[in-house]
Amino acid sequence: MENNELIPVYHFCVTHEIEVSFIESLQQYGLVEITTIENKTYLKEQQLHEVEKMVRLHYDLDINLEGIEAIAHLLEKLRNAEERSRQLRNRLNLYESNPEDY
Amino acid sequence: MAFIDYYEILGIPKNASGDDIKKAYRKLARKHHPDLNPNDKEANKKFQQINEANEVLSDPEKRKKYDRYGKDWEQAEQFEKARQQGGNYRSYAGEQTGGGFEDQDFSSFFSSMFGDHGGGRSRQTKFRGQDYNAELKLQLRDAYTKHPQTLTVNGKNVRITIPAGVENGQVIKLKGYGAPGVNGGPAGDLYITFIIENEMNLKRAGNDLFITTDIDLYTAVLGGETTIDTLSGKVKLKVAPGTQNGTQVRLKGKGFPVYKNEGQFGDLFVVFNVKLPVNLNDRQKELFTQLAALK
Repeated sequence: MENNELIPVYHFCVTHEIEVSFIESLQQYGLVEITTIENKTYLKEQQLHEVEKMVRLHYDLDINLEGIEAIAHLLEKLRNAEERSRQLRNRLNLYESNPEDY
Repeated sequence: MAFIDYYEILGIPKNASGDDIKKAYRKLARKHHPDLNPNDKEANKKFQQINEANEVLSDPEKRKKYDRYGKDWEQAEQFEKARQQGGNYRSYAGEQTGGGFEDQDFSSFFSSMFGDHGGGRSRQTKFRGQDYNAELKLQLRDAYTKHPQTLTVNGKNVRITIPAGVENGQVIKLKGYGAPGVNGGPAGDLYITFIIENEMNLKRAGNDLFITTDIDLYTAVLGGETTIDTLSGKVKLKVAPGTQNGTQVRLKGKGFPVYKNEGQFGDLFVVFNVKLPVNLNDRQKELFTQLAALK
C-alpha cells in the first residue's frame, strides 16, 4: 500500500491472485472507480470491501460480469429498501406504543 | 458431535463425479453465499456447511477417507494405525451427542477428521476477515448526547464515541474490528446496530419528538400556561384561549439532535390533551347548565 487511501491495482491483483484485466473490466462496467496517477492505477480504499466481494462472486462462484452488475444493483436496492423499512418501522412505533394517546 | 452427511448437504449421490460435486457446490453457494445474503445468519451457517462439504468431497484424498470411515469417523486415526500395523480391529459406532457447526470455518466433525483446516484450501489468496455484527442498547436520553462507550467484542475492548442523534436500527461500521484476515489478509469490520429503548413519554420520528400533555378544560377555554419536561430541560408553553383537544404545537429546534450535524436539532411537537372535569359538584353543574343555556 503506497497510500492510506489508494491501493495500487497491481498490488491488489497480486495479493488476490487475479488478473488486472478483471479489475479493468469492472471499471468498464462502471462497478469500480480507478484512479490514475502518473500512469499507475489505484483503487480507493473505501471500495476494497465491494471489490473483494466482486472478486469472490467471480472467482469462487463463477458469476460473470453481467451477473455481478445485476447483483450489485439488486444489493444496492436491497440496502435502500432495508433503510427505508427501518425508518418506517421507527415511524410506526410513534403510533403503536401508546395508541390511546393519539 | 454428530456425523455430517456431506453428500446430503450438497444433494448429490454417493457416486457423484467431480463435475457433479463442483456443479452442486456452485449452485448452492450462489444461493447461500454471505455476499448475496447480507445479515442473514441462516444463509451464513448453510454456506459454511456447503463449503465444508465441498472441501471434503472435492478433494480425492479427503473424500476417500470420508467414504471409507463414514459414521465411524471418530475411530479413523485408530483404524489407520491398526490397518498399517496389520492388526485386527473391531468396528463400533461412536457416541453422537449433537454438535454441528459453530462460528468458525469448519465443524468439530471436520476438525476431528481432517484437522483444523484439513490441509489447506485450493485458493490461498489473502482475504479480509469475516465481519462481526453486534447490537448496542441505548436509552433515548443517552442517544440525545454524544458520549463515549466501551464495548467488549470477542474479548476485545472497543472504545467508541457515539454521536448524538443515532437512530433505532442504525448501523455504524468500525473498520478492522472484525475477525482476522485469511492468509494474512486485513481484518474484517465490526458493524454495530443501535437499539434505542424509550422509557420516556416522548416519542421520536426521525429528528422530531412528540409529546402529549394534559391541560384542563379551563386552561383550554380561557388560555394559560403549561410546563413540559423535554430532554433539554423544562419548557414553559403558552396555551392559547380556545385550544381544541388534539391541537399540535411545534417548538422549533427543541427536538432530537441531527446525527453528525452538531448544533442542529429537529422540532418538538406538543399535542394538547384536554381533560374534562369529572365528579362535578352541584355548583359546577349549575354553572355548566347556565353556560349551556347561553349557547
